[in-house]
Amino acid sequence: MLSIKNLHVKLEDEDKQILKGVNLEVEAGKVHAIMGPNGSGKSTLSYVLSGKGGYEVTDGTAKLEGVDLLDMEPEERAAAGLFLAFQYPVEIPGVGNMTFLRTAVNAQRKARGEEEMSASEFLKVVRAKAKDLQIDAEMLKRPVNMGFSGGEKKRNEILQMAMLEPKMCILDETDSGLDVDAMKLVADGVNALRSEGRGFLVITHYQRLLDHIKPDVVHIMSDGRIIKSGGPELALDVEHNGYADIKAEVA
Amino acid sequence: MDTITLNEQSGVKDGVDQDTVDAVREVGGKYKHGWSTDIEMDYAPKGLTPDIVRLISKNNDEPEWLTEWRLAAYDRWLTKTEPTWAMVDYPEIDFQDQYYYARPKSMAVKPKSLDEVDPKLLATYAKLGIPLKEQMILAGIEGAENAPAEGRKVAVDAVFDSVSLGTTFQDELKKAGVIFCSISEAVREHPELVKKYLGTVVPVNDNFYATLNSAVFSDGSFVYVPPGVRCPMELSTYFRINAENTGQFERTLIIADKGSYVSYLEGCTAPQRDESQLHAAVVEIIIEEDAEVKYSTVQNWYPGDENGKGGIYNFVTKRADCRGDRAKVMWTQVETGSAVTWKYPSCILRGDDSQGEFYSIAIANNMQQADTGTKMIHLGKRTKSRIVSKGISAGKAQNTYRGLVSMHPKAKESRNYTQCDSLLIGSECGAHTVPYIEVKNNSSRVEHEATTSKVDDDQLFYCRSRGMDEEEAVALVVNGFCKDVLQALPMEFAMEAQALVAISLEGSVG
Repeated sequence: MLSIKNLHVKLEDEDKQILKGVNLEVEAGKVHAIMGPNGSGKSTLSYVLSGKGGYEVTDGTAKLEGVDLLDMEPEERAAAGLFLAFQYPVEIPGVGNMTFLRTAVNAQRKARGEEEMSASEFLKVVRAKAKDLQIDAEMLKRPVNMGFSGGEKKRNEILQMAMLEPKMCILDETDSGLDVDAMKLVADGVNALRSEGRGFLVITHYQRLLDHIKPDVVHIMSDGRIIKSGGPELALDVEHNGYADIKAEVA
Repeated sequence: MDTITLNEQSGVKDGVDQDTVDAVREVGGKYKHGWSTDIEMDYAPKGLTPDIVRLISKNNDEPEWLTEWRLAAYDRWLTKTEPTWAMVDYPEIDFQDQYYYARPKSMAVKPKSLDEVDPKLLATYAKLGIPLKEQMILAGIEGAENAPAEGRKVAVDAVFDSVSLGTTFQDELKKAGVIFCSISEAVREHPELVKKYLGTVVPVNDNFYATLNSAVFSDGSFVYVPPGVRCPMELSTYFRINAENTGQFERTLIIADKGSYVSYLEGCTAPQRDESQLHAAVVEIIIEEDAEVKYSTVQNWYPGDENGKGGIYNFVTKRADCRGDRAKVMWTQVETGSAVTWKYPSCILRGDDSQGEFYSIAIANNMQQADTGTKMIHLGKRTKSRIVSKGISAGKAQNTYRGLVSMHPKAKESRNYTQCDSLLIGSECGAHTVPYIEVKNNSSRVEHEATTSKVDDDQLFYCRSRGMDEEEAVALVVNGFCKDVLQALPMEFAMEAQALVAISLEGSVG
């Protein structure tokens, strides 16, 4: 599904190398988790994959189902099936949440040469999916992320994911700022979307999210590289012993 | 935004890739109403003299008093100078190098049947998206009013260069007692009303452009709503400038008698031409006791190309006079077109407890310049006014909000609230806010809030990561910014305005 080879990335305006040769294969139907200390390049990886400006790829490739992602505009990557759940979802004053969702859904459909979703069909689908995430009608009407609590913002990200039905989902620290109940709700939303044809890359600082979203593979990232990969037990290991041991072991 | 000078033939400058060139070309062609109708016209000779004023008056079959009124305005105009206080910069206008009257030849005699209507005029309105049924009536066919209308009824007066082609639904409106026709028709059919109200809100000598308009005005709309009548449908006027080197000087007069209500819409477009064209309109609204008028404008005159060549100079005087107690007026404007806009729809709050509202979206892209705002003149007791202005600047455009709130000594316990927001797209444009506040009593309250912000890269990336292209993303964010004003527009206009906001900003990012 997602294939990253030897990815090197630096900041566009600064001579600072952030990713120093990332290799990663996420298979369809699998959940991969990336853990790592602050500043290891986890969020940068998610931004570079989704096409945010300000970064320069100096070497390596990233492909989604064999198609080169790095040459595409952000919206083309989205239409190709890539989705990033933001760590800090952005507020857009005056734009209703529902309008935003519908514009996004139809933009992707148009890009793929599919017919646009009618207003009534859209309403039906969004209401059903919002209900599962305990998002009420009021929240759908409010401007995008304006005045949303931390938990509401993250649930809203998952609602977008559910509506857009991407092939490859990247979750960037979706657990940050969530209490246990909110985290469970978000995790349920994600788990409901797990399917044979869909890959997940879950970026997190803490093991606790992985209690709810069970990963197939766990990677440890440090200083711009994946330094160790393993099963779910690797996350528990980090939880107990921190990153220092692993770093020392690899060095 | 990339600024590239294109060589028309070879097309590509060194180091510029073809995609960029194509993109820039396309932006220049984005104005969707830039085509023109090739049609035989009758022109008055170029230039402005008392004879031209007489000729315009004669073509409209006007009574003597109006000819004299125009000539007096012409004499006044000669003594006036163009205002220079606005933050707009344009080459000197040669007022003798303009046509002041242009009429399609076929309109010299009003057509009575489909066979007589010039098909080119029909095609013009079809192409502008006016529904066929209305289009038939627009072209002035008598009797078509009786055919059933599709969808919601909106009566239309269509003004093509200097003449009105026709007004729809006149019979049905007549049953309700509402008069809706072109101003030239009103002069002929309802001279007593025209004489009573014309020039009473915007006096002949008000300002340079209003005085010019008073001398040479051709067509525009006239509305009279009798006491206690709620106008059964929206009224609208569609202005089209087609002829080259021709100014359009429309004059609109709306009278809402005691306890009446009317909602009026105005739309305007013009062909894409290299020469700038002048548009100097005057709109007067009289609102009597307990009456209410809503006046909405979607102004989409040709804005000129991305280098500032061509476009309409839009110098407009619009004013509403709340003469009676509890009279209400609401101006809503979406200004997306014109090379230069100079426009301040104002409210005179004369009656006690009268109310004035002004909602504005002004978009200036490329080399456009807009200096627009309002005046709220509080004269009566407990009068209220509200101003919501959203200015959007992109490209190298300059956008100025200029507003006056004046509380006179007798306007006790009056209130004003002003909110003025500016949004910048890119780093080469400007936004300016110039509020004037005068308070001459100590029981009134004036509030002013202003913000300036930039379209945020993070917002755009967020939208794009969900699948919207860059222009769709900008349009979404900007429409969000304008929401308070869009909501004040009638439904159909709000949709059109939203789409227009998107089109006006195409090519503003990247």
